Amino acid sequence: MVSIKINGNLYNVPADYTILKAAEENGIDIPTLCYEEGLTITGACRMCVVEVKGARKLLAACATPVTDGMEVQTESERVVSARRDILRLLIANHDLRCLTCERNGDCRLQDYCYRYQVEDTPYKGAKKEYPIDTDNHFFIRDYSKCIKCGKCVLICAEVNGAHVYDFMERGFDTKVTSAFDDNLQETTCTACGMCVNVCPVGALVEKSVLWQGRPWEVKKVTTTCGYCGVGCQLKLKVKDDRIIGVAAAKSGSNLGHLCAKGQFGWEYVQSNDRLTDPLIKRNGVFEKVSWDEALTYVANRLKAIWQEHGGQAFAGLTSAKCTNEENYLFQKFMRTILKTNNVDHCARL
Amino acid sequence: MKGILVCGGTGCISNNSRLVHDAIEKELSQQGLEAEFELKYTGCHGFCEMGPLVLITPEEEFYCRVKPEDVPNLIDSLKQGKVYEELLYVDPTTKEKIKTRHDVPFYQKQQRLVLKNCGIIDPENIDDYINSGGYKSLHKVLTTMQPEEVIQEIKASGLRGRGGGGFPTGIKWEFARKSTADKKYIICNADEGDPGAFMDRSISEGDPHAVLEGMLIGGYAIGAWEGYIYIRAEYPLAVKRLSIAIEQAEAKGYLGQNILGSDFSFSIKIKQGAGAFVCGEETALMESIQGNRGMPRPRPPYPAVKGLWDRPTNINNVETFANVPVIIGMGSEQYSQIGTEKSKGTKIFALTGKLNNTGLAEVPMGITLREIVFDIGGGISGGKKFKAVQIGGPSGGCLTEEHLDLPIDYDSLLEAGAMMGSGGLVVMDESTCMVELARFFLSFTRHESCGKCTPCREGNTRLLEILQRIVDGKGEKEDLERLQSLGENIIMSSICGLGQTAPNPILSTLKFFRHEYELHVEKKICPAGVCKGMISYKIIEEKCKACGICKKNCPVEAIAGEKKQPHKIDPAKCAQCGVCMEKCPFEAIIRG
Repeated sequence: MVSIKINGNLYNVPADYTILKAAEENGIDIPTLCYEEGLTITGACRMCVVEVKGARKLLAACATPVTDGMEVQTESERVVSARRDILRLLIANHDLRCLTCERNGDCRLQDYCYRYQVEDTPYKGAKKEYPIDTDNHFFIRDYSKCIKCGKCVLICAEVNGAHVYDFMERGFDTKVTSAFDDNLQETTCTACGMCVNVCPVGALVEKSVLWQGRPWEVKKVTTTCGYCGVGCQLKLKVKDDRIIGVAAAKSGSNLGHLCAKGQFGWEYVQSNDRLTDPLIKRNGVFEKVSWDEALTYVANRLKAIWQEHGGQAFAGLTSAKCTNEENYLFQKFMRTILKTNNVDHCARL
Repeated sequence: MKGILVCGGTGCISNNSRLVHDAIEKELSQQGLEAEFELKYTGCHGFCEMGPLVLITPEEEFYCRVKPEDVPNLIDSLKQGKVYEELLYVDPTTKEKIKTRHDVPFYQKQQRLVLKNCGIIDPENIDDYINSGGYKSLHKVLTTMQPEEVIQEIKASGLRGRGGGGFPTGIKWEFARKSTADKKYIICNADEGDPGAFMDRSISEGDPHAVLEGMLIGGYAIGAWEGYIYIRAEYPLAVKRLSIAIEQAEAKGYLGQNILGSDFSFSIKIKQGAGAFVCGEETALMESIQGNRGMPRPRPPYPAVKGLWDRPTNINNVETFANVPVIIGMGSEQYSQIGTEKSKGTKIFALTGKLNNTGLAEVPMGITLREIVFDIGGGISGGKKFKAVQIGGPSGGCLTEEHLDLPIDYDSLLEAGAMMGSGGLVVMDESTCMVELARFFLSFTRHESCGKCTPCREGNTRLLEILQRIVDGKGEKEDLERLQSLGENIIMSSICGLGQTAPNPILSTLKFFRHEYELHVEKKICPAGVCKGMISYKIIEEKCKACGICKKNCPVEAIAGEKKQPHKIDPAKCAQCGVCMEKCPFEAIIRG
């Protein structure tokens, strides 16, 4: 443990902490744009700069380890002046049509401009404008809003392993793009959508949410992904009792990471073709029945077939959408009740 | 036996020194003089503007601007033991012919320690290096010194990094020595990128083995057995000569396994940079070696702990490494007597700009700016008045007349708001516009920003836009305050040295020449008459004799006028080049 002073107050924190972590754990909010827990720390956006006694320059809180006796100011005049300029520079090169931006009200850039009272920018000049890439099935890429924080680049490389994104050109011309500046279909993109979830602004937006509702009208409901046995946590974006998208939930076994199915494969939930009741086919027609009736019917048929033909007449196939426990119970049922080893699982096919 | 040393540095080569060399070779063979003269093709003498240079040893006769057709006469004189007067250096002030190199004013105040072999030995011949004392320091280190003693010696010498920062080299080595890992690296930074700077190129071209020897000693000291030279691909001759040097050193056992019979093994690889200025920043350089995009890493961890491929790494630039064999050779005690209290040894400066003598000069630390500009540099060309120097390249700042007697070292320059940088020194006279100068340097750093961090990527573009507006005559009242505050914030908050120093040329010119900025912004006047956005040329009717010279010389046909009629300039067509004013014999054209 080391003791450090933040804004005049003394704190004891583990020696392997960064200034940002030490501050966060003690309820001191330092603004960040490029920092994302679990990804490599790049120190690129410089929003989190703080003043450290004895240092000639301002230091990035996300990248600077604490040292014993360190004295940090997180909102000093110098710090605020630098942050205000960073925000002014970012909005000087940003598509400021916030009125209709899907991230309006849920945008870090907007939040920090509000926090530091940056109403406008004195830096009027060149502005980067790029055509919006809408060819992808699931999300749009609107790089006129990109602030080059690099989180999409990192999460794609370090978590998914797909390495779809990287920076192209340099200096003011720097842009995030995919190989050969191509559309996403031409890349190794697996459409996991994690890039969309880490984007702090409106540069990457799911198509399903476009024009569907303002962020403050959307309820986020934490749930477990129904797709497979991993049990990823996610937050459904719900507007008027309809799902319009998925946001990452940081808890659970997946730490906020999702695959294409969890992120974008939820349409079936509200599909008209979805079976919501058990059906029994009688005289060539499906009839809606109660669960009790359906289960009794199945049990009776299993018993009858077992008595007439024995266990070997059965084969069971179970699903990756079930949990491990459910799969275990199913094979147990097949082996001990129906007395057959004819059991398999879709993931083995 | 006399030596005929033809300069084979890049400057002289572009002035056809190869042809001079070949002509001398042919002449010697035709006259059967090969046994009397030893012909060598050497590295750079530094006095590039007088090239191609030929030096005769041992007398040090110094011939300038030698052309292939001069060769027969030159050889005839040499054969008769005479000096060939026609090609001697002529002092521009006294008009006297100067016979030997050390009497030429450009060399008189120099102290050539690191450059002692440049221009003297054949850089493509390891024996030449060995015969002039080369690899003796390595031998001494490997046979008589422990690594800790080597570090102690470098610390005692007071050597500081010559690449810009001025960090004490011995302390840096000690950090890397103390780091434990399965492998450590030595990197030589030869990614010299400041506009106009070419000290590292000259050393690499003229004395490549000195660089290797410095790296070897560094490797022994910190416990590394692999080294990289990261060099710009735009230095093909330096790459070639370093490659030859590595091959020859390997063949002679100075590189490889069990060097000179010791337990120490070391190898060196060359990695060519693809032309990004930011890759001179040490962590971006390492990313580049690793095959990644050249972008700086956050520090800490510092390279001495986690550098190339996350292993402890020591990185110094070419000039720093070239100092190492010198220090080991002469001993730290003698070395530390050169220079000032906190800056020891010599520094090589690249003199450019409005000087009589431009080129590369190695001077002891503590020399005054006046001595560099007026003694070595021969003063301002064209009899104009000294205005300022930009020191430290695009990251540095400007110094003015009041600093002329400042003893130059790392600390005095920082105090004066400039920096040593890698040693670029651009001299300006009264015809230089300081706002335009700041704009020029900003256009360079803006172009070279890697784009990683917000202040440098976005901020330098905005600084440049503001400066462009000012030199175009469209400056706004608030612009000076914007330059100052944005410049300070970029310095404070950027991730690496590039952004942290990029606004320096603006801040220092704003400090010393604020009046010029104010004239540009408030009165739309460029006092130096440089900024085209605010110049117009006018013909005074009464003075015009209708000679037509202006009309004939105007490159854009902006001047019209019949015979015997006063001429007129069409401001819509005028490109503000000023040729008309220069050519007018009657001073009838004025600039306003």
